[in-house]
Amino acid sequence: MIWNEHYECMEREKLLKLQGIRLKEMVKRVYDTVPYYRRKLQEKGIEPDDIKGIDDLKTLPFTTKQDLRDNYPFGLFAVPQPDIVRFHASSGTTGKPTVVGYTHNDIQMWSEVVARSLSMAGVTKADIIQVAYGYGLFTGGLGLHYGAEKVGASVVPISGGNTKKQLQLIEDFGSTVLACTPSYAAFIGESLVEEKIDTRKIKLKAGVFGAEPWTEEMRAQIEKVLGIKAYDIYGLTEIIGPGVSMECQFQRGMHIFEDHFIPEIINPDTGEVLPYGELGELVFTPATKEAMPLIRYRTRDLTRLHAEKCECGRTLVRMEKCVGRSDDMLIIRGVNVFPSQVESVLLEMSETKPHYLIVVDRENNLDIIEIQVEIEEEFFSDEVKELEGLRHRIKANIASTLGISASIRLVEPGTIERSMGKAKRVIDKRNLH
Amino acid sequence: MIIKQLSVFLENKTGRLTELTGILADNDINISAFSIADTADYGILRMIVGRPELAAEILKKNGFTVKITEVVGMIIPHRPGGLHKALQIISDNNVAIDYMYAFASGDCKATVVIRAESLHKVIDVLQEHKMELLKKGDVYQV
Repeated sequence: MIWNEHYECMEREKLLKLQGIRLKEMVKRVYDTVPYYRRKLQEKGIEPDDIKGIDDLKTLPFTTKQDLRDNYPFGLFAVPQPDIVRFHASSGTTGKPTVVGYTHNDIQMWSEVVARSLSMAGVTKADIIQVAYGYGLFTGGLGLHYGAEKVGASVVPISGGNTKKQLQLIEDFGSTVLACTPSYAAFIGESLVEEKIDTRKIKLKAGVFGAEPWTEEMRAQIEKVLGIKAYDIYGLTEIIGPGVSMECQFQRGMHIFEDHFIPEIINPDTGEVLPYGELGELVFTPATKEAMPLIRYRTRDLTRLHAEKCECGRTLVRMEKCVGRSDDMLIIRGVNVFPSQVESVLLEMSETKPHYLIVVDRENNLDIIEIQVEIEEEFFSDEVKELEGLRHRIKANIASTLGISASIRLVEPGTIERSMGKAKRVIDKRNLH
Repeated sequence: MIIKQLSVFLENKTGRLTELTGILADNDINISAFSIADTADYGILRMIVGRPELAAEILKKNGFTVKITEVVGMIIPHRPGGLHKALQIISDNNVAIDYMYAFASGDCKATVVIRAESLHKVIDVLQEHKMELLKKGDVYQV
């Protein structure tokens, strides 16, 4: 099922021309309205009129997460605040979150790309879709919600967690589509087995899973226990949220909605643009976004693009599952976590040293995170209640900065390995790629 | 009357405690009393040793997190009701205790090591009630 044949099956020549027009318009817009971009463009000696078409994209400067941080919170907005109808946020590299804004039109566009995504999974107005992504600052819940409404499906906005209730509604409402993180889908599947619910009695047929990396093995396992076909959806808050790209029924990569999000693959070290088929860092220019258009945003996700026409009829390029990151970001239970966030919490606390080790593992399909922290010798108390108090303070500060709870293990000073170069801050025992 | 106790932060790792006792043995440091407060991930070792300052220095040199804390040693008769009588005095006088542990020796006596916010108050109360207290000379090595 193709939601918008005009754009999704457009001849590539035409599509590239359209991208050129939209890019040109966007560069002029940010030049006029975002002082930061005007300065950046001027530094490179670029005037809006220099951008003639899509081939000029490679001459433009990149935008990084650091740029978003430097312009926190609203510095990159291209419209005045009264035109913003919603905010979302994801983790920044330190304590401050990455904030994005949406105009009314941005929400419409986002709903459109999510509607296209859901259509790829065969979702129609006849379906009941259980949205078990978190609702809130995280883009997952509301992003899927608006797209599903646009399709006309019946939305169950249950949000994440409360697995008992999830199972109850799957059974009682007869939900046909489940949208959540793949690890939560696997967990729901296990709970279904534990509760001895007869899978023949549930009506689930498809799952729309994303916001974290997952493997083909995991897909097979989820499909088996839930009796569904599982689809991969990709997105990031900085670009729009979920719905930047999505798998069609042939599952040969995720189709990028290129009329809105112009993709490139670059060499992460040199910034040079790589041809289709080569592995590199994915870069997006969300050309139609009004509130926060970004020029060549570096996602840090490593993948390949393929431009051959798909069997489904779509001409949109397909991106492979990301094979890793060109930075140290971790995705834990769908939440982006940077080791530097942990460091900033510890630096703010005088009782601990900023020596730490993050250990991530997956138990029963749920990510668990343990942070080992060296205690500061002079703050060592020989009373358990003092040390436990310290442990709980660290836990609370970490939870408020990271947005997820981690278990904290106090360790002896000097026991976390120091290395001469880049310290080893993370042990990821999950096998995700 | 105040006795110096060594407190050591110990991760729950196989062999860590043995490593510590080995170091003390090699340096001819005698352990008079010993207790561990444990949590899931770590323990706090508390002990009365013959030469506390030297022991602390040696352990620190060997990478242990050590702190010297002050405690009081109360000597009680090693027989039924001995501990009860002493604790009754402490609670009747509303003295807040952080923790305590005890060891009995062969001479019909037992020693209770007491850590409290206000050690002087503990000493005053116990002396008022004619309780015997441990003196430095009783435990420290010469």
